Amino acid sequence: MCNDPIQLLLAGFGGQGILFAGKAAAYAGMAEEKNVTWLPSYGPEMRGGTANCSVCVSKAAISCPIVFEPNLLVVMNQPSFHAFVEKVVPGGVVVMNSSLIKEDCLRPDVTAYAIPATELAEQNDLPGLANIIMLGYAAQVTGAFGLGSLQAALGRCVPLSKQQLLEPNLHAVQIGWTYKEPAE
Amino acid sequence: MEPILMKGNEVLAQAAIFAGCRQYFGYPITPQTEIAAYMSRQMPKAGGVYLQAESEVAAINMVLGAGAAGGRAMTSTSSPGLSLMTEGISYIAGMDIPCLIVNVQRGGPGLGGIQPSQADYWQATRALGHGDFHVMVFAPSSVQEIADLVPRAFDLADQYRVPAMFLMDGSLGQMMEPVAFPDKPADPGALPEKPWAAVGNGGKRPNNILNSLMLKAPVLEASVLERFDRYEAIKQELCEYEAYRTGDAQIVLVAYGTTARIAKSVVDEARKEGIKAGLFRPVTLWPYPYEPLSRLSARCFLAVEMSMGQMVEDVRLAVNGRAPVHFYGRTGGMIPRPNEVLERVRALAKDPSGKGADR
Repeated sequence: MCNDPIQLLLAGFGGQGILFAGKAAAYAGMAEEKNVTWLPSYGPEMRGGTANCSVCVSKAAISCPIVFEPNLLVVMNQPSFHAFVEKVVPGGVVVMNSSLIKEDCLRPDVTAYAIPATELAEQNDLPGLANIIMLGYAAQVTGAFGLGSLQAALGRCVPLSKQQLLEPNLHAVQIGWTYKEPAE
Repeated sequence: MEPILMKGNEVLAQAAIFAGCRQYFGYPITPQTEIAAYMSRQMPKAGGVYLQAESEVAAINMVLGAGAAGGRAMTSTSSPGLSLMTEGISYIAGMDIPCLIVNVQRGGPGLGGIQPSQADYWQATRALGHGDFHVMVFAPSSVQEIADLVPRAFDLADQYRVPAMFLMDGSLGQMMEPVAFPDKPADPGALPEKPWAAVGNGGKRPNNILNSLMLKAPVLEASVLERFDRYEAIKQELCEYEAYRTGDAQIVLVAYGTTARIAKSVVDEARKEGIKAGLFRPVTLWPYPYEPLSRLSARCFLAVEMSMGQMVEDVRLAVNGRAPVHFYGRTGGMIPRPNEVLERVRALAKDPSGKGADR
């Protein structure tokens, strides 16, 4: 995947931290001195249904903030996988949460990566941080962001009032970054 | 200050506080509720008033009262709420009260939907209430531009005693982009005096009275004429637009707000295909930048909007028959996709008359 511009679409259930992971990705882009935009789906889907978020990262000014056709899809559940996998541009990358998506990506023209992010979060006592595990993994396999940029980004996204959450977030991004998909 | 990521709605609220706004009245409605939520947290810290009114009708009349007393007051809403406010806005215009009114548009008519829209253009620029009047209408297309325009809108509103409006759409309100604010916020106590304000004058001078009821026709006509003299002065001072790759453009897209960003990406794609396309983006919708648009000598124009075609009428007024003016739009909360617009541009590159293809 070419890492400029990044047309990132994150998708999953409301409550999986889709919007937060998108914000972290946007701050990581800022850390690499690129232009960024972040645009959530809003409305009823925020209240427990599916959630998705467009993040554009580019050296050039960003014209359109809406990601209609992602070159990087980070997808955390099965309904979102079905909703968005066909929208990925040929040559793009799909990073799937294999804990909740029990099928393979059958498109021959995209590169698919799978990580059991929900299980990894549970095993490592990182409740609710499957999102950041996935972001770390997606960044590592695509070269979209450096690890240092992601760490700096988490430092800027975790609110001052919740600083106790910074360390688990940094742990989660590390787990994703170092994850190796088992050979088939 | 290092740029931070913020939503357009929150930036609008913070920029207003930085510009010295100390009275916010509103009523929640998607997709602008973040403005009220942000104000409810930050306005008390700034020593100002945040008040959730019982309705939009109440909110706009609270703006009327606070503005009449000389405050830098504002409200924000989305399309159905703005319709409720129009009576109050007409009174505000008739009483020459400066203020800021924000409409983060959603699809209509009626309660419509909550997705982005630009279908309130006519309402904002033509008929924001009954009677002969205008408000200044600003249409930012990026989060930073929101921060940059808010203080200007407040200052011009005070200077001319004419209300200012921000016409945005749901996606611009919800979008986060990096933003930097001015280092030094305005001091509300150091803003220019408002000798007309209805503050009682402590019994030292006669009370100021602000009123829009003028039963004698010659008196009312004179007051409207005087206001229109101020509109003429505003037209001389305020004409904001962006011209992108228009120098040699044979097809000029005209779009504002979020749609202008989509159109800009289409211009770049069209150029890659050898089509000489450009973008004209009005930043002020009233006054509309007719003159700079009229100077462009393209073979045809294409207005792109999230509506069934409203701003396109101003494009036609500017172009005045010298070239065909076409329209492409989506409505009801749908956003025009770059490839849809590019298709139209390709077709117009082949046939600038675009026979019968407009929607």
